[in-house]
Amino acid sequence: MVIKTGSSAVSGVAAGPWRTAGQALVRNRPAMSALAILLLVTFACIMAPFYAHDIAHTDPFTSNVAGSFSLNGQNVDIMQPNDNPLHLGLSPAGPTWHPSAYFLGADSQGRDVAARLLYGGRNSLLISFSAALLCIGMAALVGVLSGFFGGVVDMVLSRLMDIMWAVPVYLFAISLSIVTISQGLKIGPFTVESDNLLIPIVIIALVYVPYAARPVRGRVMTLRNAEFVMAARSLGVPRWRILLVDILPNISATLVVLAPLLTALALLAESALSFLSIGVQAPAASWGTIIQDGEGLIYTRPMVAIAPGLAIVTVVLTLNILGDGLRDALDIRETSRKGS
Amino acid sequence: MPDDLPLLEVRDLSVSFRSRGRDVPIVENVSFSVDRQEILGIVGESGSGKSVTAMAIMGLIDAPGVKITGSALFRGQELVGLSQRSFRHLRGREISMIFQDPMTAFTPVYTIGWQIDEQIRVHEAISRTGARARTVQLLGDMGVPDPERTANRYPHQLSGGLRQRAMIAMALSCNPSLLIADEPTTALDVTVQAQILDLLRNLRHNYGSSVLLITHDMGVVAETCDRVMVLYSGRVAERGPAEAVFRQPGHPYTGALLDSIPPLTGPRPERLPSIAGAPPPPLERPSGCAFAPRCHYVHESCMILPSLIAYGTQDVACVLPAEGHPLPPRAAGAA
Repeated sequence: MVIKTGSSAVSGVAAGPWRTAGQALVRNRPAMSALAILLLVTFACIMAPFYAHDIAHTDPFTSNVAGSFSLNGQNVDIMQPNDNPLHLGLSPAGPTWHPSAYFLGADSQGRDVAARLLYGGRNSLLISFSAALLCIGMAALVGVLSGFFGGVVDMVLSRLMDIMWAVPVYLFAISLSIVTISQGLKIGPFTVESDNLLIPIVIIALVYVPYAARPVRGRVMTLRNAEFVMAARSLGVPRWRILLVDILPNISATLVVLAPLLTALALLAESALSFLSIGVQAPAASWGTIIQDGEGLIYTRPMVAIAPGLAIVTVVLTLNILGDGLRDALDIRETSRKGS
Repeated sequence: MPDDLPLLEVRDLSVSFRSRGRDVPIVENVSFSVDRQEILGIVGESGSGKSVTAMAIMGLIDAPGVKITGSALFRGQELVGLSQRSFRHLRGREISMIFQDPMTAFTPVYTIGWQIDEQIRVHEAISRTGARARTVQLLGDMGVPDPERTANRYPHQLSGGLRQRAMIAMALSCNPSLLIADEPTTALDVTVQAQILDLLRNLRHNYGSSVLLITHDMGVVAETCDRVMVLYSGRVAERGPAEAVFRQPGHPYTGALLDSIPPLTGPRPERLPSIAGAPPPPLERPSGCAFAPRCHYVHESCMILPSLIAYGTQDVACVLPAEGHPLPPRAAGAA
């Protein structure tokens, strides 16, 4: 049996599990770097309107094929003759690497890719964070209900999860998206337009529920048989209170660790759907739609597709590193050993 | 309610689980009673049904296919078949339980004090500060040094002994009249064990609680209990006042258990006597005396299930005393 010595034993109130985990996370350099990069990207995306209006002076949502911009005092056409030997056709301007105008070049409709990248990041991040949150909420509900009550509730919910998980995630998301995007959604008095971001958020959250609900259910089942739950029962604590006080705080670590991983999965799913034009609808941007814009320019102006691709890779990687750091800090495995 | 009624009276309690289409009897026709401010020890090997008996009394067995018959009267109220809702009002307030491993009996995410506060507030309308004052008082009573600060610690930051004290404090927080202690000292070392047993012994004076002490350690019984019940393979082998049982065990199983404790005086034996074999699994219990296959004194009349017969102040499920061959009394001071 270990009695902790040191600062926590000297001060009156001992450090709680969250504070201990927070301290462990702060000491974890890769995780903190990942968090810093993630915050930086998020901040940049939030500042998208500022960049578009005050630095680049462009409107990233209207096509501007006939326009021109000034670079180092010279007027440059947005659409330029191709640099192939015959100079056939037109290509959008390439990257200027100058933040005041077309930093990453223009897309096929003459819009500033850098500004669109930031605006697209807003949508991509908003959708993936919200979808992950919603998914975790639903997964926690399903997992706790089926794990805690067992019996028929568990059987119905678990089979439902099995059926959902049996359908490939992307196929499932694509099918749902095609139906809702083409017609919008009418639920009673509420009408959700097809360009509403709620549609991709809910769809992505829904398809990943089984992925997150299973570990939660398993954890709840172990906890239900944990001795402290038995102790609480033997002391006459009502069931709902055991659920709130003994079960929920103990699965919160599992949920927190799942959050960044689910966000990464949601971001990938969102990009895939948007790439297929069944996610974020034009003229709004997301990293997926920009990649689609860049697809046709891949030989002449590869930066249009590479930039959002790099953004996706960066965010997904940092989220995964952050998730690993959280897992180490909260040490799910150790907690479950204690609990069982 | 008249005062001469025992606090808890269990009659013919049987518990069986359904497994592979058959009812497996775990506990068979166990009867005993606990008086006010009395400590009753239930002794037996692993699998003898001690814990299941306690769980059945607490209504904590909710596995599918479980069958509980018989009767358990607590202050005249029938516990067998009581609804979970009514049980919840009893648990904590009237009967509470402490467990073997105090580490796993606290949820790791809250401080000890918070958990005891919550327990008090579940049963009583009392302010947070009021509950905390009571928590600190209880922890102090349980011999926890510096209770204000200990209350703000998390379970993993306390030693085993402190945790068990905190567990007992939590169990006593609403002044239950019966405390069921399921092997409360098994996970502790011997010095701490003695302190915890002292604590349990003093409960009846300080809190007026009776204790049902489940253990496999005869030494713990000798030190703590007023009366003892020895379970073997789900059946009562012997029950009676602890002192009498230790002086003159009536059942060969009790005798063998006592023999396997190293003597404190006299020459140290080369090897302690052990009981050969193992208790029968519930499905292969002999129709006669369950201990017969391992008993030195086995003979024909052991093939019929012996009923409990009075033997001195004890009740013994063995034919030997009735046939005029009781076990020899043990030398005083051997246990």
